[in-house]
Amino acid sequence: MNALQLVVADGVENLLFARTQMALTLGWHIIFACFGIAFPAIVVFTEWLGHRRGEAALTGLAHTWAKAMGVLFAAGAVSGTLLSFEMGILWPRLMDRYGEVFGFPFVLEGFAFFIEAIFVGVYLFGWDRLSPRAHMLSALPMVAAGIAGAFFVVSANAWMNNPTGFRLDAQGNVVDARPWAAMFGPSTWPQFTHMWLAAFVVTGFLVASVYAVAMLRGRRDRHHRMGLLIPLTVAAVITPVQIGVGDWIANTVADNQPAKLAAMEGQYRTTAGAALSLGGIYADDELRYALEIPYGLSLLIHHDPDGVVPGLEEVPADQRPPVNVVHLAYNTMVVIGTGLLGLALWFGLAWWRRRRLPHTVWFLRAVAVSGVAAVVAMAAGWITTEVGRQPWIVYGLMRTEDAVSPADGLAWGLAAVVVVYTVLTVFTVVVLRRLARGRDTLAPQERGQAHEQGQVL
Amino acid sequence: MTLAETVLGAAFAGLIAYALFGGADFGGGIWDLLAGGTEGGHAVRDRIERSIGPVWEANHVWLIFVLVVLWTGFSRGFAASVTTLYIPLTLAAFGIIARGAAFAYRKSVEALGMRRFFGAAFALSSLLTPFFLGTVVGGVASGRVPPSIGPGDVVRSWVNPTSLLGGALAVLVCAYLAAVFLCGDARRDGEHDLAGAFRRRALAAAVVTGAVGLIGIAVLRADAPLLFEGLTGRGLPVVLVSVAAGLTAFGLLLTRRYVAARIASALAVIAILVGWAVAQYPYLLLPSLTIEQAAAGRATLLALLIALSAGAVILIPALVYLYTLFQKASIEPKSPNRARPSSRQNGHG
Repeated sequence: MNALQLVVADGVENLLFARTQMALTLGWHIIFACFGIAFPAIVVFTEWLGHRRGEAALTGLAHTWAKAMGVLFAAGAVSGTLLSFEMGILWPRLMDRYGEVFGFPFVLEGFAFFIEAIFVGVYLFGWDRLSPRAHMLSALPMVAAGIAGAFFVVSANAWMNNPTGFRLDAQGNVVDARPWAAMFGPSTWPQFTHMWLAAFVVTGFLVASVYAVAMLRGRRDRHHRMGLLIPLTVAAVITPVQIGVGDWIANTVADNQPAKLAAMEGQYRTTAGAALSLGGIYADDELRYALEIPYGLSLLIHHDPDGVVPGLEEVPADQRPPVNVVHLAYNTMVVIGTGLLGLALWFGLAWWRRRRLPHTVWFLRAVAVSGVAAVVAMAAGWITTEVGRQPWIVYGLMRTEDAVSPADGLAWGLAAVVVVYTVLTVFTVVVLRRLARGRDTLAPQERGQAHEQGQVL
Repeated sequence: MTLAETVLGAAFAGLIAYALFGGADFGGGIWDLLAGGTEGGHAVRDRIERSIGPVWEANHVWLIFVLVVLWTGFSRGFAASVTTLYIPLTLAAFGIIARGAAFAYRKSVEALGMRRFFGAAFALSSLLTPFFLGTVVGGVASGRVPPSIGPGDVVRSWVNPTSLLGGALAVLVCAYLAAVFLCGDARRDGEHDLAGAFRRRALAAAVVTGAVGLIGIAVLRADAPLLFEGLTGRGLPVVLVSVAAGLTAFGLLLTRRYVAARIASALAVIAILVGWAVAQYPYLLLPSLTIEQAAAGRATLLALLIALSAGAVILIPALVYLYTLFQKASIEPKSPNRARPSSRQNGHG
């Protein structure tokens, strides 16, 4: 006990540990959640295409992906369990005060996750046991539950950005909580749509990048070509849409969280005809060394070159988010998003004109890095929205430092989480590489005898 | 029954489901741990893996379900409990991660060293996770969680006689349930040697659980008088049901009636959990926070009730489909199954 007390005594230190732990575990989980949202649809589409064309290469590809999906789902499931503990362990005052308002979508997500877990099991287990038709039908609840789960979780986060669905009495206590209304605040639809599409962008580019690497190493059979083509097509179709949705979400932020928008842009003064700034360092209320696009920000937010964009000066100093982190993260997302759009256009143009992939090795190299780039872009997007909300955990109502647990020893929890997640990451990579190499490798939800049958395929 | 009691009852039903299904999963891991060397324990481990492989993820969602219903419907009690009991809860969460990941990944690797490492992680965390969750129950049931955030003792709330009893009983009950369930699974698949082996394990676990239960009476009397009073007063009929069901299950195991033994064993576990709830009623956190005081507003409770009812309509048929699919399928491809253990070991031996 004394040793613990020496390490940590007060809530201010706990804030740093709790935020680091949350960022680490949430950031880890989101990558796997993307696969839970988007991969089922891509896998079952490939299976359907394989059955329709009677092509064993495609059903085989779908089977390999289904196994990877099983591993990724297991990793997502266990990391999600820790998150549901952490919501209470790290932020008890958030749950204490506002649990009855915004906890509800997590209950719905619990059901969605349950359904997804059941049908991931059925889909993998039933690969050789169900008729193709029944098997593909068994995937539909999995696809639907993945999307629904994403909606519920993101709606809870959207509530933290734009809390609605309750009133506060004179003492600041919640009265008249209306959980249904809380689920549909102004940020919910744009944030959900952005995340839903991001899941397809991340999954599409990441899977395609695995096959791009293999093709660069000379494996150019149909299995690898289709393994690249199908997910890349999905990602390439969705990327332009995603950039349009980005405009929508930026407008929502401008309307509801002007401080976040100002931090994203590194904008101190409220300005008419504001320029869009890329890069630079923010210090002493000024963004230096940035690349500026005249009128860009006003055009982006108001679709009018002379529109007025409020700056950080409108917000008291102790209510401003850390500008450099938010600005840099936002720029990272935008730059990578633009790069991915370029890749999508390159691919689309080549396909439209010649019905084949661009011949240059640079195309494969670009696809090979696109997966990691998409993950970085998504992480940067979450950093933008989460750090941009600071110092609030519930925007405008509860400061993050007031929500954190006062318990002793949270530093040890963080240290343990770092160790556990490092080990988990190493083994997840080892197992996924193993799955990519051998087609007869078993997924966690499969049963032994598929071992023999898998080799027949 | 008030609205708050109905919602809490639903969460409690989820806890019972977790104890039965998740508990049997943990128990499988405990028997995996005790199965002996790689060669000798192979048949037992293989049987366990086949029984829990496809269902373990679904079985563990029950815990998440309990947590989210509590934090939405009973935010105050939830926040106070997890702040005070965050150490065993974090350790249990690590156990769930280690267990789930190791079990899932073990199948996908071939190297014997890696399989052993994952196997050990799976088995050890199967023992530790229910232990820590049991200490949490002990902390709550013995009234060591103050009803607000901050004043709770983060060590003594779960390192105390009642928590240790809770942890030990949780481990034993998991092991017992798993052995009983595996008896039936093994016999259904015609593996009579294994059925006998699990029957011996179930009987041994039952004896030890009973003995610890008897010691527990003295522990609770000294360490958790309020709970003891409730269990021996208002909760006594339910506790007696549990004892009767447990003895019946023992008899059924002796006479090799495995299906009936499953039902009687489940009943014994359900009754002891209900006994705890009855003993604690009307308090969520002994000795001062009642269910009504901790409950959320009416709109939230109603939303929960609607969601839980609608969710049950979707979930229960899906769960029934899952279990029947696997129960049926495990009979059908019998012969290749038999050959597998040796062929797999030869593959890289």
